[in-house]
Amino acid sequence: MTNSSTKNKVLWAIVTVLVLIYALFPVLSILATSFKSPSDLTSGKFLPSSGAATTSNYEQILVGDAQGLFLSALRNSIGISLIATFIAVVLATLCAYAIARLDFPGKKLVLTTALAVSIFPVISIVTPLFNLWRTIGLYDTWLGLIIPYLSLTLPISIWTLAAFFRQIPWELEQAAQVDGATTWQAFRKAIVPLAAPGVFTTAIIAFFIAWNDFVYGISLTSTEAARPVPAALAFFTGASQFEAPTGAISAAAIIVTIPIVLLVLLFQRQIVSGLTSGAVKG
Amino acid sequence: MTSAIPAKTTTASSTEPGPRLSRDDKGTKTRKAPKQYSDRVRAERRLGWILAGPAFIIMLLVTLYPILQAIYESLFKFRLTAPGEREFIGLGNYAVILSDPVWWSGLWTTVFITVVTVLVELVLGFALALVMHKALKSVRGLLRTAILVPYGIITVVSAFAWFYAFDINSGYINSWFAWLPGIDENLNWFAQGGTALFVIMASEIWKTTPFISLLLLAGLAQVPDELTEAAKVDGATWWEQMRKVIIPNMKAAIMVAVLFRALDAFRIFDNVFIMTNGAYGTEVLSLLAYRQSISRLEIGLGSAVSVLLFLCVLLICFVAIKLFKVDLAGSQGGK
Repeated sequence: MTNSSTKNKVLWAIVTVLVLIYALFPVLSILATSFKSPSDLTSGKFLPSSGAATTSNYEQILVGDAQGLFLSALRNSIGISLIATFIAVVLATLCAYAIARLDFPGKKLVLTTALAVSIFPVISIVTPLFNLWRTIGLYDTWLGLIIPYLSLTLPISIWTLAAFFRQIPWELEQAAQVDGATTWQAFRKAIVPLAAPGVFTTAIIAFFIAWNDFVYGISLTSTEAARPVPAALAFFTGASQFEAPTGAISAAAIIVTIPIVLLVLLFQRQIVSGLTSGAVKG
Repeated sequence: MTSAIPAKTTTASSTEPGPRLSRDDKGTKTRKAPKQYSDRVRAERRLGWILAGPAFIIMLLVTLYPILQAIYESLFKFRLTAPGEREFIGLGNYAVILSDPVWWSGLWTTVFITVVTVLVELVLGFALALVMHKALKSVRGLLRTAILVPYGIITVVSAFAWFYAFDINSGYINSWFAWLPGIDENLNWFAQGGTALFVIMASEIWKTTPFISLLLLAGLAQVPDELTEAAKVDGATWWEQMRKVIIPNMKAAIMVAVLFRALDAFRIFDNVFIMTNGAYGTEVLSLLAYRQSISRLEIGLGSAVSVLLFLCVLLICFVAIKLFKVDLAGSQGGK
């Protein structure tokens, strides 16, 4: 018995290590690259040569000559993603409440539309928006990205929240209504506190998606005024035209990965339940 | 109104008690009840649309409107740098695209990437889902946290991570795997289609397998334990349990996961853009559309590519739903 359970433990330790390598290796790889000096980049080794590890790449993008490029992109990414997430979650909360709770014609239409929008090829939206945004002056502005980002964040928010809201014990709302609360008060006082965790989880998932965007970012911006990090990374150039921006890009990549890792570490359970309950039900 | 009912009832009972009364009673009910009911229903419907309406309208505005605009613009010969020469040419752009080998090679590359990545992800994702499902409590949280890192990471970051690892200048893969036939320090992975696609697909698979494995995990959790136990008692091997009990019972989840991933893979853009920018036969349809409209400002042609891409996605959906009977909305919209 003890023998088989030890064996079991060893087996699980191996499996766990394998999964960890799978999940983290590319991150560690770019982390290692971010500490390499330009001359060390071509060493053909995974780690920086001993003694040659340097933080100069981070200095370059945070306080050095690439600072303007990276920090403005970081500010754009954070601002635009947060606003797009916030709007999507507010609208989706109202929408999902109606879907989970009220009886109205077209409920299925709303859900189907959300589904259709989420599988829509982003590039098909970009071409007409590119043209339109140039005409009406939204090209290369925050708003010009926030609006199309809603096409990414709204559908998944609606689905995830509708799934969350269906699991809420709605008797509480009825109880509140019996006690004299209106539908709106019942929603606000009895349901919102219960629904808040679901809303928060949805916000994290929506933020991931907005944070990840690349197509809108490179197509609908042209300067530091609105260009988000993924797009800025693609257009990074080295200190001189003969020097590849490998180190600077790696350092920037690590910085924008930190918030993702933190969110995942803190809210792993919620994110998993949000993704699984929102996407598949039977 | 309230006084009328007892009056009527009394007259009814005084003349012909039984049938008259019940008929009258029924009559008033059907006349009155729907009105009360429909007030409530109407209020609920109105509230429903007040709450759901804004999200619904915004979704339509950000997708339906642009695609209609794209369809309209695809009918014109229109280059942004020469707005004066805008000219209606009907389906001319489509004829140009469909007779160009660039479109077809882009289509095959996209289909190839979609099929390979989805198949690999299905196997790998299923293995990961099984691991997470069976994992001891002590490591379950750790495993799920690790799995979520690729899910959350920016695709462009993943693309750079894989690119730099394989790159002939900054990479280490060549020196690590030099013992394998065909790999040496002079192998430039991004100078020919096959090897470039390999790295592009590796990055895509790494980044998106967690999503598919979480969907499959949800499906696994719905397979009743009694079924697996019963199969075990009957002496079924592990493989038989998988094939006869577990997989048939989570077919719906597998179908949904495959469809979602296939549609997502079909839109692949970021990895290709970063690693090869479409060189050496790695150009995919999204990149083709991007190059036409954003880089070359050929709005007409670019719109036509966008519309064709959209039609491909519709076709995949249609085939999946009709042929494989994937029920996407039913599971959620059933209420």
